[in-house]
Amino acid sequence: MAYTEEELKKELEQQEYQYGFTTDIDAETFPIGLNKDIVKKISAKKNEPSWMTEWRLSAFEAWEKMEEPEWPNVKYKKPDFQKISYYSAPKTNPKYESLDEVDPELLKTFDKLGISLEEQKKLAGVAVDIVMDSVSVATTFKDTLAEKGIIFCSISEAIQNHPELVKKYLGTVVPQKDNYYAALNSAVFSDGSFCYIPKGVKCPMELSTYFRINQAGTGQFERTLVVADKGSYVSYLEGCTAPSRDENQLHAAVVELVALDDAEIKYSTVQNWYPGNKNGKGGVFNFVTKRGLCHKNSKISWTQVETGSAVTWKYPSCILKGDNSIGEFYSIAVTNNYQQADTGTKMIHLGKNTKSTIISKGISAGKSQNSYRGLVHVGKRAENARNFSQCDSLLMGNKCGAHTFPYIEAKNKTAQIEHEATTSKIGEDQIFYCNQRGIDVEKAIALIVNGFSKEVLNKLPMEFAVEAQKLLEISLEGSVG
Amino acid sequence: MSLKEKLVSSFLAFELDTDINSPVHDIRSKSIKEFEKIGFPDRKNEFWKYTPIKKVLSEELTVFKKKRHLIDFEKVKDFFIGGIESYKIILIDGTYDPLWSNTTHKGVDICILSSVLENDKYSNIISHYYNKLIDTNDSFSLLNTSFSKEGAYIHIPKNVELDKPIEIIHINSGGESSLMLQPRNLIILEEGSKAQIIESHYSLQEKNTDLSNSNNDHIDPLTNTLTEIYVEENANLDYYKIQNDLDSTSIIDNTYIDQKKDSVASCHTFSFGGNIVRNNLNFYQNGKNINSILKGITILGSNQHTDHHTLVHHASPNCESYQEYKGIYNDKSTGVFNGKVVVDKIAQKINAFQQNNNLLMGDHSSVNTKPQLEIFADDVKCSHGCTIGQLDKSALYYLKTRGIPEKEAKGLLTYAFANNVLENVKMQVLKTKIKKIIANKIGVSLGFEL
Repeated sequence: MAYTEEELKKELEQQEYQYGFTTDIDAETFPIGLNKDIVKKISAKKNEPSWMTEWRLSAFEAWEKMEEPEWPNVKYKKPDFQKISYYSAPKTNPKYESLDEVDPELLKTFDKLGISLEEQKKLAGVAVDIVMDSVSVATTFKDTLAEKGIIFCSISEAIQNHPELVKKYLGTVVPQKDNYYAALNSAVFSDGSFCYIPKGVKCPMELSTYFRINQAGTGQFERTLVVADKGSYVSYLEGCTAPSRDENQLHAAVVELVALDDAEIKYSTVQNWYPGNKNGKGGVFNFVTKRGLCHKNSKISWTQVETGSAVTWKYPSCILKGDNSIGEFYSIAVTNNYQQADTGTKMIHLGKNTKSTIISKGISAGKSQNSYRGLVHVGKRAENARNFSQCDSLLMGNKCGAHTFPYIEAKNKTAQIEHEATTSKIGEDQIFYCNQRGIDVEKAIALIVNGFSKEVLNKLPMEFAVEAQKLLEISLEGSVG
Repeated sequence: MSLKEKLVSSFLAFELDTDINSPVHDIRSKSIKEFEKIGFPDRKNEFWKYTPIKKVLSEELTVFKKKRHLIDFEKVKDFFIGGIESYKIILIDGTYDPLWSNTTHKGVDICILSSVLENDKYSNIISHYYNKLIDTNDSFSLLNTSFSKEGAYIHIPKNVELDKPIEIIHINSGGESSLMLQPRNLIILEEGSKAQIIESHYSLQEKNTDLSNSNNDHIDPLTNTLTEIYVEENANLDYYKIQNDLDSTSIIDNTYIDQKKDSVASCHTFSFGGNIVRNNLNFYQNGKNINSILKGITILGSNQHTDHHTLVHHASPNCESYQEYKGIYNDKSTGVFNGKVVVDKIAQKINAFQQNNNLLMGDHSSVNTKPQLEIFADDVKCSHGCTIGQLDKSALYYLKTRGIPEKEAKGLLTYAFANNVLENVKMQVLKTKIKKIIANKIGVSLGFEL
């Protein structure tokens, strides 16, 4: 064997979170704490119209009355909401006409992240909207997209320039009072992305948002709203990283998708927030609400690769309201060291002939806890609803845990629901087989994990699939034993 | 006064009737205190999310019986398994009926629990086994412990293989309104012993509808039963529960089974009726090479509701568990299955299987199912599967084209759907009886033995 266990352990200890740099950019940060004035101040800072300020305030009022939920299968020290700063923006004026005007430090950040804007612009592959510390700093390819009538900008710009669209759709899928963190987000969100695809338009390129928490002691609350008008198509990517810090940072985002009749939205996430060090210190709390609403004949597909965060807690969901609509959920959740993940999906079948597919792969290593929690609900009027769910767990070592909490509720007799789940480990015989063929243990594990996750990886757009595969390898390095 | 307050104050009156110096009295008073603290669960309680238990917790319920009702043998003989000899413990409205029972103390103890609770000879048994397994967060277990004084006591000594099965039959005479029964069983199978037990619940008459018009205050009875079972090393237990009650009666059944190494325990639950039926079946595996089998068939109609909550706790390595529950729901009936498998860190080399299949037949029927796994060990094989669907249209068509009328064809397919749960029923007479009940429920006569 190429490695002995000792060597592996050593390497694991040396294996650092490779995105853990901070960027030295002057930032304008609000004082810590949260109250009505702060909410108003955020709104004023963004120069928002009064309806938006009102909207935020009503969310804040609701949030004050709510209690932080206790039901997830995760343990963490509750964040002190009065100790977080709710607004942090890179100080250099964040209005850029072209990339040349962007702070070079910022560009270096993106280079380190491996997303060179320049290169991407040349390759004409992906249009990127980058959100750093809650403020959108750069949106590429705006002009190309504008030709097709596609709106792709930061949500604050959208509030200024397209208030009628924002007003019409914001909060329709995830209402302000939906849950504790959604209410908090509604009150204080500082930026995010907005995307509108007009009728019948097929978006010619992948749209992408990149999130990064940079400033210490801040929380990130971004809001994403994607509206696909009748008959349109869009594929949307989202990536995230954060610097390594000893404290826990809070990320509470809301993503709303609206697929009107015959539209299709494909939403892919590679979540790689800082997971904390190997002793479980630090890391991001990732409490996210993601939900999509499907009108007639439309389709929403969620794909997620979750490798980061100290605590992940999210359930990208589909409300299949329209007849013949389709919801899909493909997920890989990897936890290592002291990470905890409670993630899954909700498929709410309301319309006739609706279909949903759930494929969830959980991989737990180290001392981590990985839970799948899902709901398949077939309403009374949802004739001929069809669901297939599969959730598989892979355990490495006996200090971790894998849990499944699938809720299945059928209220219509024509419903057809299948659910299956397995739990297994990587077989010694499988590793031995690889060793015999000259593949060392690390590589063998990567190979097997890749095979285990393939059904999900296949659903990712090309560029992301490569990144995701690498991430899987990194997250699990040294977890054999 | 709420039912909770009423029950707590009833305990004072109940105490007067019992021996305050007995060790059981301490257990009882502790339990009622705990119950007073937690009260009844509501829908916000995750454990009771899908079962509207409030519906049957009428404030009129009482643990005290007004009078003793005598019943006719003709009316109850069908409830006996028939065709074979058996030990019988028969409880009418919660009171032991010596007339038709058949108990023994020869070599084994098959008798009533009250004689054990009140006899000093058994104080060792009580201190060692009584009330050791129950979940102290469960209101109904606490309530049963507070008020129970009657039920079956079965003790099979080392290496004894019981010659005939044991029947525990609970009969509601139908003569009492608003009775809340608290029967309790304690079953101990010592090392290397073997037993088969059948526990069933019946009610005698549907409440008279003419009567209920003039007498609207008839409250349907609620049975809150609890069974503690110890299966020692290498022992073998077959337990069958038959719940074929009237539409109006409700049952809450808590069963706790503790298994030691090399033992095998199986529990079949046949739920064919009742207003609200809730089964909490808990298996604790404490030793290597244990096998636990949980199977069930649920066939419901009208407004009936059945909720199966199972727990298999794998606390030792090299064990197996196998769960298979089938549900068939007609009319407006609703079903719940919540199966939980917990595998502890040290419980390596576990093979746990869990399956729940449901047929939704009624236009307003519904099913909520949650097959849950909590796994902390890596070298295990755990899988669960769950389906909700309808009869295969092409299979139905096939049968119809061969001259089998639709109703019979549906019956055949439904029967086939449920059949493999019956495969493990070792007692032929019981199998035949269950098949008859199923055929009757589906409303077809199959005319042949499958």
